[in-house]
Amino acid sequence: MSDLKKTPLYDACLKAGGRMVDFHGWLLPVQYESIIAEHKAVRNEAGLFDVSHMGQIIFKGPDAFKLLQNVATNNFKKEIGAGAYAHILDDNGGIIDDIIAFYLAPDEMFLVVNSATRYKDYNWFVKKSAAYNVEVKDVSDDYAMLALQGPKALDILEKLVPNIKEIARFHIKQDKIFGKNVYITRTGYTGEDGVEIMGDAQTINELFAWSITNGFTPCGLGARDVLRLEAGYLLSGSDMDETRNPYEASCGWVVKLKKEEDFTAKAKMAAVKEAGVKEKWTGFLLQTAGVAREGCLIYKYGKQIGKLTSATYSPLFKGICAGYAPADLEEGALVEIEVRGRKIPAKKVKMPFYKNKV
Amino acid sequence: MYNQENCKFSSTHEWAYIENGVATVGISDHAQHEISDIVFVELPKIGAKVEQGKSCCVIESVKSASDIYAPVSGEIIEVNQAAADNPSIVNQAPHGDGWLFKIKISNPDEVKKLLSFEEYKATL
Repeated sequence: MSDLKKTPLYDACLKAGGRMVDFHGWLLPVQYESIIAEHKAVRNEAGLFDVSHMGQIIFKGPDAFKLLQNVATNNFKKEIGAGAYAHILDDNGGIIDDIIAFYLAPDEMFLVVNSATRYKDYNWFVKKSAAYNVEVKDVSDDYAMLALQGPKALDILEKLVPNIKEIARFHIKQDKIFGKNVYITRTGYTGEDGVEIMGDAQTINELFAWSITNGFTPCGLGARDVLRLEAGYLLSGSDMDETRNPYEASCGWVVKLKKEEDFTAKAKMAAVKEAGVKEKWTGFLLQTAGVAREGCLIYKYGKQIGKLTSATYSPLFKGICAGYAPADLEEGALVEIEVRGRKIPAKKVKMPFYKNKV
Repeated sequence: MYNQENCKFSSTHEWAYIENGVATVGISDHAQHEISDIVFVELPKIGAKVEQGKSCCVIESVKSASDIYAPVSGEIIEVNQAAADNPSIVNQAPHGDGWLFKIKISNPDEVKKLLSFEEYKATL
């Protein structure tokens, strides 16, 4: 495991009892004591995730906003601090990555990208920037990052950042923690309220230690995967990639065809929207005991109709899973998921599974 | 109920409590800790013939499925429905209420291939 990368929080996670695994080349905790206990902590109290492996990319220059509008499908606002979730498409409309980007200043856009696609995204942005007066900078190594999530997360963090609740959903704010500059975003991947905080390694380590002693439960990738699937969030690389477009990924809403600016594959997406798609990312709930897994085949009337891309056990909903299935599959349709040779009945449900998601 | 000291172990982390030609089987404390949150147990069927070293049961945690291997050959004569109904009991009491199934041993010589608790501990 010697060539795996460690985040600046590695020692802190290990000391807190984290069981480290290889996550796309990074050593991260899959769990601490128990995935189920960690899931419960996030849904009911406050949980803490080391997400320092995520990437941060900056567009800096007079055309920063123009480049963002060009590479991303959503329609961003020219408002200091405002951000949005978007897809980055290739020329065919395939999904390179999903990101959250923020308008820091008229000449500075701040993008948070997935760790596995960080270099691919950066190279794509650099290529696209050729037509614009803007510099693309990969600043990922400058930031450690924590996700602090749960109904009590902000109550606890108010002690450190008194007006933290004033940061609106999907907004970014620069503030000070322990006297040092950090970025705080009112975002998350769990379906609960909370924030993600980025800063230098030392400050974020201090924040980790402070949080653990002030009511945050350290949580790992295992719990994170249950939480995000319950909330109906796709995982870049597993649930979507260049072989899928946003409409197939059930993310048509992130494609703002009406926005003034042209963006990569805009015309193609207009055509896809018009024609409709054959397959869509669809949620299923197992009807009997069992746990499905990624890659399991979906059957209807004995015929294979699709395949799962994500599946897990949810303490709230038991067997939950999602995959690409015919777009015209009716709500509540009964299918069978083949798990280790056994066909388990399942029902199509409208995601999110977790309806209370924030 | 089935104390570690009184059990035999396989190298794949199953324990077998041998009495009157019957092996009660479960997973070791080490195994339950490694697997962590057990959420589903797929027990073998009563009457099923099992073979030493072959998978006969599956335990699912949140993250993955683990095969459970028969420590001895024979026939399944009883299964622990309580473990199927409440899988977390296998984490809580792997050598007690979390036992999994009982095998009527077909070849007593096979027991010699199993490890004592001390020998098993040494492999960890």
